[in-house]
Amino acid sequence: MARHVMTVDDSKTMRDMVTYTLRGAGFQVSEAEDGQKALQMLRTTKVDLVITDLNMPKMDGVGLIRALRADPQHRAVPILMLTTEGDPAKKAEGRSAGATGWLVKPFNPDKLVELVHRVCG
Amino acid sequence: MAAFDHLRTTYFEECAELLDAAYTHLAAIAEGRADDDTVNAVFRAFHSIKGGGGAFGFERLVGFAHELETVLDLLRDGRLAMAAPVAALLLRSTDTLSDLVAATRAGQDKPPGFEDELVEALRDLAVHPAAPLRAVEPAVAAAVVSRWRVRFVPHAGLFRSANEPLLIIRQLKRLGDVRVEADLSRLPHLAELDPEEAYLAWTLFVETAQPRGAIEAVFEFVGDDCDLTITAATAAGPADHPAAAPANETPAALAPSPSIRVDVEKVDRLVNLVGELVINQAMLAQLGSQLPPEMCAGLLNGLDTMSQHLREMQEGVMAIRAQPVKSVFSRMPRLVREVSAHLGKDVRLAVSGEGTEIDKTVIEQLADPLTHLLRNALDHGIETPEERLAAGKPRQGTIFLSAEHRGGRIVIEVADDGRGIPRPKVLAKARDRGLVAQDAVLNDEEIDHLIFLPGLSTSEALSDISGRGVGMDVVKRNIQALGGRIAVQSRDGTGSRFQLSLPLTLAILDGMAVAVGAESYIVPLTNIMESLRPRPDNIHPVTGHGDVLAIRGEYVPLVYLHQRFKVPDAVTDPCKGIVVIVESEGANRIGLVVDDLLGQQQVVVKSLEANYGPVEGVGGATVLGDGRVALILDVSRLKTASTFSAPVERRAAPPMELH
Repeated sequence: MARHVMTVDDSKTMRDMVTYTLRGAGFQVSEAEDGQKALQMLRTTKVDLVITDLNMPKMDGVGLIRALRADPQHRAVPILMLTTEGDPAKKAEGRSAGATGWLVKPFNPDKLVELVHRVCG
Repeated sequence: MAAFDHLRTTYFEECAELLDAAYTHLAAIAEGRADDDTVNAVFRAFHSIKGGGGAFGFERLVGFAHELETVLDLLRDGRLAMAAPVAALLLRSTDTLSDLVAATRAGQDKPPGFEDELVEALRDLAVHPAAPLRAVEPAVAAAVVSRWRVRFVPHAGLFRSANEPLLIIRQLKRLGDVRVEADLSRLPHLAELDPEEAYLAWTLFVETAQPRGAIEAVFEFVGDDCDLTITAATAAGPADHPAAAPANETPAALAPSPSIRVDVEKVDRLVNLVGELVINQAMLAQLGSQLPPEMCAGLLNGLDTMSQHLREMQEGVMAIRAQPVKSVFSRMPRLVREVSAHLGKDVRLAVSGEGTEIDKTVIEQLADPLTHLLRNALDHGIETPEERLAAGKPRQGTIFLSAEHRGGRIVIEVADDGRGIPRPKVLAKARDRGLVAQDAVLNDEEIDHLIFLPGLSTSEALSDISGRGVGMDVVKRNIQALGGRIAVQSRDGTGSRFQLSLPLTLAILDGMAVAVGAESYIVPLTNIMESLRPRPDNIHPVTGHGDVLAIRGEYVPLVYLHQRFKVPDAVTDPCKGIVVIVESEGANRIGLVVDDLLGQQQVVVKSLEANYGPVEGVGGATVLGDGRVALILDVSRLKTASTFSAPVERRAAPPMELH
């Protein structure tokens, strides 16, 4: 069965890019525009990986990571965060919240696929 | 040189195993179930055949294996795509390789040019790879391979970020060859183990053309959650340098071998010895039973324990002789491939249960009957693609070959989804040949079983009848010689199913001991249908044919064992003794007239032929608990030795005898 990835980002361009790349690599992809929406969807859907942006309205990426790690159902799900070069503090925050790995924007599609494989097989 | 001969034998045995493995994996590839490991396994098989052959100077063999190896190497690198035609060519080449191995083993040489066509095709493939799977990276191929020693010690909290060491190690394997050593030293007692903490650590030996940074990148996400040390190990030569090859094989060489190779003779000697012990034990038990129990309770207890251990030991020794039926099943795909190509049919062979174990001797003697059954299914069962399509069936026919353990026996099935047995033709033929009375009414099952009659199984029948029936009597005889039974089910237009039921071993037999005068005989339990004491009005003499027993509307010819074996002082009147009704060849029944039943027992079979000579109607001998020798009856031969078996006379007999 195809692995299921959820991409969480307030930018539709970014979501589209992740979705397009991963669908092409054989993954099933769901999209959410912020942390709150993601948590809502995750209540009824099981995914193999969450890729989240850090700066988002309503609930940001770090908040989402903390919420997932506190939830017995999702605390073992791998989470990749999308960071920017200029914000190392945010990355450290995400890491200590329990992110599995990170990807620095802008990234090329091959790199994304490689990292997805690295954290979820 | 004896030692050298021994090595040669080992090499060829290994070749057989390697070829088996290659076939299995290639079949997986052909069905699109391949991964890198599969391709690697095939490569290793050819590589080992080549390597060993080189040591013995089998140049032709080595040459051909080398061509195969080259193609596999391309597949391994992804420079050649694994497409169906490639798999087909590799399968054909493996056939040829196994022919070359067989010829070399027999000290013969195949005619010159035997493998040339395939060599050309293989080289063609190597030069013009159809469609590359992954991009060729010439820079990598030429680069220097370095060896790195990576020590990876995760911190206890590694899993908290959902990182997974297995995936990391797998990722590492994409860089090159990786040998993994797990360090279990930090593993606590089960009671103290927290399943969410990381306890294992690893030492990884990585051989890659990629720079050190590539290895570091793999560990990028866990950098803070582990202790990681990467040190350079001794550098290897360029990637294509032969020196790199042995290094590739280190993991295999280091892995402890899960099996040992033992001469069959040694095992047989052990089997024999255990057989003697069983007999010995039976004698002791019998002697013991004659002693007053209050005087020797300890002795009797000891004998009892000994008997239990002996039984376990016997089972254990038999298990050594047991082998998976795979060794004979694995020859069948080739047969199906070749015969179906020859007949212009499209046939798939589905095999299951090849891991089922059965005595080596049984396996060896199974090859012929199985080959026969498969040939029949291919030739007569499965229709041509056109006929199949016209009948609304899939173009490709399927033959199912399966094995499983069922109630202390092994059941092997050969089934096909072909046209089934053409009953009208079989019946007409049987009537024509006088095997069935003209007015006899047979049900479907009885007609189906006619195909096992010798008269219907001549080579003429092959051309006359477009159905089954070719050599089936031979198949049946072979199976019965192994103490087995064969049955067939057929459904018009949807296929037939042949079911063989075989004993797990030939060395031990479940038998019924019967008394005739002062002698004892063993009747194999599998042959016995029932036993009874007849009333005088059940016995009818038939002129020129001896006596028959009328039972439930059937007439069963009687065989007086005391007459047959010239035993004095036996019961001569069946109504005063016992009639044991046994099923013999062709599902015919005969009644053995004996004095009495002595009881059911397991006996160790000793070959009479090897120790004395062949005796008609006797399959072997055994030693009973009291030390006397008892003959084991071969029921199928008893029938032919009786006075009641000529086929011409059978025509006159009632129809129920004829199935």
